[in-house]
Amino acid sequence: MSATLLALLHRDMRVASRELQYFFLRVGLQPVLFTFIFGYVMPRLGIVQRGYNSLLLPGILALSMTLSSMQAVALPLVIDFGFTKEIEDHLLAPISIMGVALEKIFVGVIQAMIAGLFVLPLAWLIMGGGVNVDSRHAIFLIAISLLTGWLFAAFGMVIGTVASPQQVSLIFTALLSPMIFFGCAYYPWAALQSIRWFQILVLVNPLVYASEGFRAALTPQLPHMPLWLILGGLLGFSLFFTYFGLKSFERRAID
Amino acid sequence: MESVIVVSNLQKSYRSKQSRKAPDVVAVDGISFEVPRGEFFGLLGPNGAGKTTTIGVLTTRVLPTGGQALVDGVDVVRDPVTVKRKIGVVPQVNNLDRNLTGREILLFHAEYFGVPKQERERHARELLERFQLTERADEKPTGYSGGMAQRLKIARALMHTPSILFLDEPTTGLDPQSRRALWDTLLELHAAGQTIFMTTHYMEEADQLCQRIAIMDHGKLLAMDAPSKLKATVPGGYLVELQVRGADGTTEALASSLPELPGVVEVKAQDDRIRLYADRVEGLLANAMRLASDKGVMVTDAHVAEPSLENLFLHLTGRSLRE
Repeated sequence: MSATLLALLHRDMRVASRELQYFFLRVGLQPVLFTFIFGYVMPRLGIVQRGYNSLLLPGILALSMTLSSMQAVALPLVIDFGFTKEIEDHLLAPISIMGVALEKIFVGVIQAMIAGLFVLPLAWLIMGGGVNVDSRHAIFLIAISLLTGWLFAAFGMVIGTVASPQQVSLIFTALLSPMIFFGCAYYPWAALQSIRWFQILVLVNPLVYASEGFRAALTPQLPHMPLWLILGGLLGFSLFFTYFGLKSFERRAID
Repeated sequence: MESVIVVSNLQKSYRSKQSRKAPDVVAVDGISFEVPRGEFFGLLGPNGAGKTTTIGVLTTRVLPTGGQALVDGVDVVRDPVTVKRKIGVVPQVNNLDRNLTGREILLFHAEYFGVPKQERERHARELLERFQLTERADEKPTGYSGGMAQRLKIARALMHTPSILFLDEPTTGLDPQSRRALWDTLLELHAAGQTIFMTTHYMEEADQLCQRIAIMDHGKLLAMDAPSKLKATVPGGYLVELQVRGADGTTEALASSLPELPGVVEVKAQDDRIRLYADRVEGLLANAMRLASDKGVMVTDAHVAEPSLENLFLHLTGRSLRE
């Protein structure tokens, strides 16, 4: 890895570390509230079964990592390209434009990993344990985390280089709500068998593969999507978004 | 002398944004020039002349659609990374990192270029001191004045000691005092051996700072030479302005006989003001005064203007630079 790329990472991490409290708020608030209602309150009211927590935890993890990765890449790019032009100093650094773009994706992956490390134990605590987490698949868990981080960082790059500052909040709303609700974060994909058309339709949603990936890694004893489909989906979408993200980044960076 | 910038038949056109059928917009239309090492070179022209596009190509931010540009012997399209190592860029817009302090902006910039830690800290201290930014160095640049921000941008561009410093309209938006101070800074840098490539639409700026100027309009270079030589190419480059007072008809009589004086190219009279365009001024003012007193006209004020780049631009394009 080039020294320039590491220096760019150093800058982005310095800036991110200054906003750590906002980062945790942004990344943690929604999963914590959701976990509290669905993982703590509702099981005690008997509205959802106790076993639901085991389905919920991987979904919550997938969701928080997904969102933090996407936001870490998309939002700064939208502002940099559309408004402040701060990125020009990075584009003039002695590194290829591709190198600058890859560095932004690394930032997304790193932030996703931090978000995961923060949310996983927190959600587990709120649920009061009771989730049968299988720790034997640690390496698989790390692989799924990295792939998820990469996929959504690249997705964030597509959004961040396509959207104008005026559009971005609209795009996030229009894109994220369906993605979250149809992303198998709150219900397992395998159970959708009874609504077959929906089970097939949601396959266009990259979040599905992340949610199912974390299910396969954390609670492999429960039904989940077959591994080949999980990995195929994560890799396929990663390549797809990386290709278009880098293309679009280059188009914005060079006139 | 060795040329650090070699531009040959450079072209850049953009596809029209309105419709696909509309013809391409030509920003740079086949320009060629060279800049020797150590020169202070200026690209002068009105807004929209293609100056920023040209500097964009030379600094790897714009891909040309034709021709070639070499910076320190390296092709800007083939090897942009090597070119970026050799250049320092001060862009027109304020693109200072709002998330970092002034000092951090300099330090991180040098880190991108692999300058060792101790060296970049020392260099940052020196540049902050030299550009009078030390007091505010640990604040974010959002509170800086226009002049301070501009100085920090220049300091940032110098952090990796580039062979060529590019400045795009460096004094646009600055107050006269800050502009003067910035000029001094640039002249000092140049005196210390820095090659400087600057674009500007201020004639005075180009005239005062640059050793050589290329005049650009509509994507083409119209003229290129040292400022004094450029100005000497304007026919009747001098302007003598007379403020006169006299009885009815006497002023007109004076105006009609003034063209007979040696050196006078053209005379324009308007109310109590007479403008003489002349190709030389030796003895002209004395002759004009004598003629005026012969005609019974009193000259209350006289002003001789040197040949200027404004006159040259007017001569070359029929338009004023200020328009």
